[in-house]
Amino acid sequence: MTAMQFGIFTVGDITPDPTTGRAPTEYERIKRLVEMALKAEEVGLDVFATGEHHNPPFMTSSPTTILGYIAARTSKILLSTSTTLITTNDPVKIAEDYATLQHLADGRIDLIMGRGNTGPVYPWFGKDIRDGIALAVENYALLRRLWREDVVDWQGRFRTPLQAFTSTPRPLDGVPPFVWHGSIRSPEIAEQAAYYGDGFFHNNVLLPIEHTRQMVDLYRTRFEHYGHGPADQAIVGLGGHVFMRRNSQDAIAEFRPYFDNSPAYGNGPSLEETMRYTPLVVGSPQEVIDTTLQFREHFGHYQRQLFNVDGMGLPHKAVLENIEMLGEEVVPVLRKEFAAVRPAHIPDPPTHESLKAARA
Amino acid sequence: MKRTIAVVSAGLGLPSSSRLLADRLAAATERELRQLGDEAEVRVVEVRDHAHDLVNNLVRGYPSPELQDALHAVTGADGLITVTPTFAASYSGMFKTFFDVLGMMDGEALAGKPVLISATGGTARHSLVLEHALRPLFTYLRGVVVPTSVFAAPEDWGGAAAPDLLARRIDRAAAQLAAEIHRRDAPVGRDPFEPTPFEDLLNAG
Repeated sequence: MTAMQFGIFTVGDITPDPTTGRAPTEYERIKRLVEMALKAEEVGLDVFATGEHHNPPFMTSSPTTILGYIAARTSKILLSTSTTLITTNDPVKIAEDYATLQHLADGRIDLIMGRGNTGPVYPWFGKDIRDGIALAVENYALLRRLWREDVVDWQGRFRTPLQAFTSTPRPLDGVPPFVWHGSIRSPEIAEQAAYYGDGFFHNNVLLPIEHTRQMVDLYRTRFEHYGHGPADQAIVGLGGHVFMRRNSQDAIAEFRPYFDNSPAYGNGPSLEETMRYTPLVVGSPQEVIDTTLQFREHFGHYQRQLFNVDGMGLPHKAVLENIEMLGEEVVPVLRKEFAAVRPAHIPDPPTHESLKAARA
Repeated sequence: MKRTIAVVSAGLGLPSSSRLLADRLAAATERELRQLGDEAEVRVVEVRDHAHDLVNNLVRGYPSPELQDALHAVTGADGLITVTPTFAASYSGMFKTFFDVLGMMDGEALAGKPVLISATGGTARHSLVLEHALRPLFTYLRGVVVPTSVFAAPEDWGGAAAPDLLARRIDRAAAQLAAEIHRRDAPVGRDPFEPTPFEDLLNAG
């Protein structure tokens, strides 16, 4: 049993490499995403998570197809989502798809729920973005029941009613997949995670750490309020964005054109300012270690750390090299350092095996 | 009672006539408040000083520490004095950007807050900019805009008939703002992380 999970997460964008002007084809990007997951397992990472988007420049519209394929080619790594759109997907289809994936992957899956941040996706799927929170609340309430009750009668605002509905396949071993709720800015979602005693994941990129800390603190306080245990036993996951080379100067020089041309980062604060204000680390493996160890100071002991290492047109080779550095140099040190100061009462991240054991 | 007045001035020059007008308005408001028994502390935000940070906030979604401090100076103030130069028959883009960013941070930032609107311009023909651009903006932001707005044209700074007229208008506007501030309680800080009980979210449908 591992005291903390480390892994990578991707959104799956197809962006031209600004240094060559060439974008990978959809075929190349999808296959490379799979190679990232295989590499992550090979170098000893615990988690691979893929995003879900339904608009260009992304290609991750069918996450369970991608994760099912990866499940077949891996044996240890836990597969997750970053994130699953609980707003615009039919919760019945989420229940069916991820229960199927859970069987195929022998329980090596969990989900991070998100609302999506692209306005038109809502109307494309027959929804209204102004209902974003309400959709997340209602759809997830139904999803929970579909995984926990064999026969469901249900009526709500957003979906056609169900009478005597059984979602199949039933969750593996009768244990629903563990769910994290992800949100960047919405306190309601931290509240939702706390209410159910589910995990809370913050992507911890693009924003100052102080903002993220307020969201995590709210989740922890409310987790305790709802009687799931003391605040420091709440299940917290964090993201982070890194680009590494052996020495910092090389990392910064190589990363700068990708940063400057990035839709997420470009034309705003400089790379240097962004590294000062947000958790982005462009530098040596040791700098990634130092920054990540500080997360514990800000957020308390936590359960899952995912890194974003791809996208923005970065060459596949550099991405794989970064996954190797994470697995071979960064994560072994983080495991040791985090474990050294971790009190015994801090819970491990839930897995299918631990949830199954807890149920028995 | 101790009061704070935030002054948002969007002049471009150093010094700018907008800032000159802002300082006159702030001093007059301080004086009026003192007559009502309130001490006032004035905090001036020169929008120009935050120009780059404002654009960065628009494209990246978070303020620099300096900009955040300026935004909090406005949200925490008992009253607000705003001065913009007139650009293309409206408030300047940078002035509007400051309030766009403030609204992104907190949509309720100006709700119920007394606001004095003023502007400078290259000709008195622009003076209605206050009524067709500034007043609707701050009404939309749910500020309580005092009836007298102050426009300063070039001749107001020294034309034959002028200085006295501008000064009287400043005094009238400042007295109105001071009265609105004086009759209110201090603004209550709002915690955006105040939880909504989940049962309320579940039952909202």
